[in-house]
Order: sequence, then C-alpha cells, then structure tokens
Amino acid sequence: MANVPDNLHYSKDHEWVRVDGDVAIVGITDYAQNSLGDVVYVELPKAGDEFAAHEAFGSVESVKAVSEVFSPVTGSVVEVNSSLNDEPEKVNNEPYEAGWMIRVKMQTPLEVDSLLTAAEYEDFTKAEKE
Amino acid sequence: MTAPAVELKKTPLNEAHRCMGGRMVDFGGWDMPVQYPAGTIEEHLRTRTRAGLFDVSHMGEIEVTGPDAISFVNRVTSNDVSKLVDGQAHYSALTTPEGTVVDDLLVYRFAAHRLLLVVNAGTTEKDWDWIAGARGGENLELRNASSSYCQIALQGPDAIEILKPLTDVSLSDIKYYHFSEGQVDGVAAIVSRTGYTGEDGFEVYAAVDRAEQIWNKLLDAGRFGADDGILPCGLAARNTLRLEAGMALYGHEIDESTTLLEANLGWICKLNKGDFTGREALAKQKVSGITRRLIGFEMTDRGIARDGQDVVINDARVGKVTSGSPAPYLKKNIGMAYVPTELANEGAAIQIDVRGRLIGAQIVKTPFYKRAR
Repeated sequence: MANVPDNLHYSKDHEWVRVDGDVAIVGITDYAQNSLGDVVYVELPKAGDEFAAHEAFGSVESVKAVSEVFSPVTGSVVEVNSSLNDEPEKVNNEPYEAGWMIRVKMQTPLEVDSLLTAAEYEDFTKAEKE
Repeated sequence: MTAPAVELKKTPLNEAHRCMGGRMVDFGGWDMPVQYPAGTIEEHLRTRTRAGLFDVSHMGEIEVTGPDAISFVNRVTSNDVSKLVDGQAHYSALTTPEGTVVDDLLVYRFAAHRLLLVVNAGTTEKDWDWIAGARGGENLELRNASSSYCQIALQGPDAIEILKPLTDVSLSDIKYYHFSEGQVDGVAAIVSRTGYTGEDGFEVYAAVDRAEQIWNKLLDAGRFGADDGILPCGLAARNTLRLEAGMALYGHEIDESTTLLEANLGWICKLNKGDFTGREALAKQKVSGITRRLIGFEMTDRGIARDGQDVVINDARVGKVTSGSPAPYLKKNIGMAYVPTELANEGAAIQIDVRGRLIGAQIVKTPFYKRAR
C-alpha cells in the first residue's frame, strides 16, 4: 500500500506539495515512484524558471520509461534538489523527504487549497488502479 | 489504466507471477510481468552475478517433421540448417524475398527428420502463416505447438550449479547452442544451452502443465530470497540484458524493413548454401554494399536515448534509435541505431535528439558487454 502522508497536498498528476510559508516543496508521490520502478535519471529546471500550475517542469526516467513531472502550483523555482543528479534513487527510497525535486515560490499561496487532500488522493489512486 | 479490449493471452505461470508480485503488462497481446518487487536493476545485476529466472513461455514453437524437414527449413531461413547435427541449435531468420526479416528464430535439430523452430511471441501467427504458405510439395508435417510448451530460461553464472541436482542431463557436456532431452525434476524436458542475456545458462522446455513445478523448483534450488540467491526477472530486465549483450530484438533492430546485412547479421546469411527466400537480394546487396548499418552507441553527455529518437551527425538527422536504455551492469546509457554506412565509424561523435535536446553520444563496438569465459 502506497504511503500518503496526511500533512501534504497532492495533484492528480501524482506530485505532492509541502507548504513552507509562501514556498511549495514539490516531489512525486510514493504511488508514482512505485509505478515508475527504479528511477535512474531526473531532469530538473533551473532556479529562476517559472511554471504555471499543471505545466511540466522536468522529467523522471526509469529503466523502462520517461515521465514528465508537472508543477502543482504557479510560481518561480527558488531551489532544485541537485543531489538527484547523482542519487536519483532517492526518489524511490524517500519520495517525501530526500527525494524532493523543487522549491517553488508561489504566486498565489491559496492555490494549494485546490489540490487534493491525502484522503482524496488515496481515493483517486484507488480509482485509477481499477 | 483502461481494461484491455481483448482478453490477453496467459502463460502457464501467470498465476505464479501475480502471487510473487510481478507487475503485469500487455506485451504483444500477452499478460506478462515487466518486473518483480526486486526491481529491474536488481534483477539485471543478479542475472549477471548469480542467476535470473525468466518465463518465456509466450515464445512460439513450430514443429517440422518428415523427410524434407531440413531442405524445407533451409529454403525459408537464412542460416544453413544442413550444418546442424542432432542436438544442436542455431540462430537464424525467416527472410522475405527482399532479404528483410519476417522474424528471427532458433532452429533446433532433434533428428534429420525432426526440427523445432522457436519464434517470437508477437509474430508466432504471422510466422506460422508465412511458413505454411511457403510450403510446396515437400514431404513433411508442420505443427504449431506453441500452446503445448512452457519455456523457462535460467540464466547467469550460477545457472549450471542450480540446475545440476535437478536433472539427469549431463549439463557440462552440453556445449553452447546445443541441447539434450531428459528430465528436470522428473519431468520430461528439453534442456538447451541458449539464452538472451549474454550469460551462460539454459532454456528448459516442458509440458505446460508442469511449468509451475519446474519454476518453483528452480527458485528453491537457486535459494530465492537469499541476498545472493536467484531472482525471477521480468521483461524489462530481459530487455536491458539483451541490449548490453548487443542482441537484436524483433520490431526494434530488425523487421520487414531491415535487411540482415544492415543489421550486422551477415553471419547468419549463408549465401552459398543453395537457394533460400531472399538469397538473391542479399547476394546483390552484399556486392553493392549496404547504405545504412546498425551501430551501438553510448551517451557521453547526461541523458538517456530512447527508441525512435533521431540520430544527428553534423547537424543532419541521419537515422533512428532502435533501442535506447540505461545499461544497469555497465552503468552507462547505451543504445543501437541505424546510420548511413559512411558515418558508421567506431569512436565517431554523434548526437541523439532526446525530446528536443541534442545529447552527445559516441559510436562504440558491440556487444557492449561480454562475459568473461
């Protein structure tokens, strides 16, 4: 069963958001990393890049496939997790901690309210599985 | 994840895969495990260092029996069947009149009047129609026996020690690309020293209703669960293993648009064996020379090439990637591609268009990986 921490917000594209003031920390969910399999490559944007909500900000590659990763919120990137260049497996091993991908300064912090709660996301993944 | 429109075909090990946590995917109409819980990288590495177990029961088997078996198969395939002795197999291809590839296959010789063709799963019906359609007045019988056989591949340096206590076949006497009939765990089986991983190993063919018995016995004998024990492997590891070993995959490196010579398979083109489908075209191409050739490459910049991406040399789009992937054992990103012959030079710098970005790579010799013997 995939791990879905209560204190995070979730997108239907399987990203999570942790809110830290007006900054959103973004990564992919446990469910997403498990579906992908071994992550071998993560492509991230640069600090300063701007993304609208639902826009692709990078990609995650497993042995078998490439998946885009979408920004759940609108804003500009203030920091990327460059340690994933050398240790992409962190996305598998600690998707909600060391496997975080970008920190985004949100244009409208209230935007996170439109994302899914943990319970809603769990229902969403169950429905997607069926 | 919508429901499949048609019922997927299942191997006799389908239930076993599901019980073991195999992640099932639609592979050419077959419901097959793409990976198990250990993951593709671990499955790949374990096969290189210890042993991996693969369900390849989806492969097709066509039996050819009768006095004209050899001459018939020699007429529809490119390698020289007359050179096989009893208990020997070879890699070959079913060719079109243009010298392109209907399928690649293994030809097993049990006796002068009894051959077995092992073909790809997704092409079994096409091959059957092709072979049956090529039949003339020969005295022989053809049987599509695909649903009678299970096929289990045990691959890796530990394979021989794992199989030894379970069989009456003297494994060390079976040379590479030879086989023997005997028993595995008391079940009548064909034990063949062949594989698709670049490792030593065996492929075991037996009756479908004994598949689970043999599968479980091999896992037990290989100490599945131990840190250095055998691992069941999915299709993803099967693909990365064959790619490291530089082997062609039908539908990628070879198909009905690529000739054997372009695909570096001249070694299975026996132009002097007598007439066969495609011989004339291949002989002509051998004289005139090929205009493109399959090459291997490794990425020199960060990035992973994927199937279908463009190869760029001197700012020109000159070819396509046929297979691109991380190579878990070599810890590189590698691939194969067709490029114009005059550009197919080892060491040459090329670029791959990876989703709109040109990423550097270099043409290298294949196989990428060769086991120590």
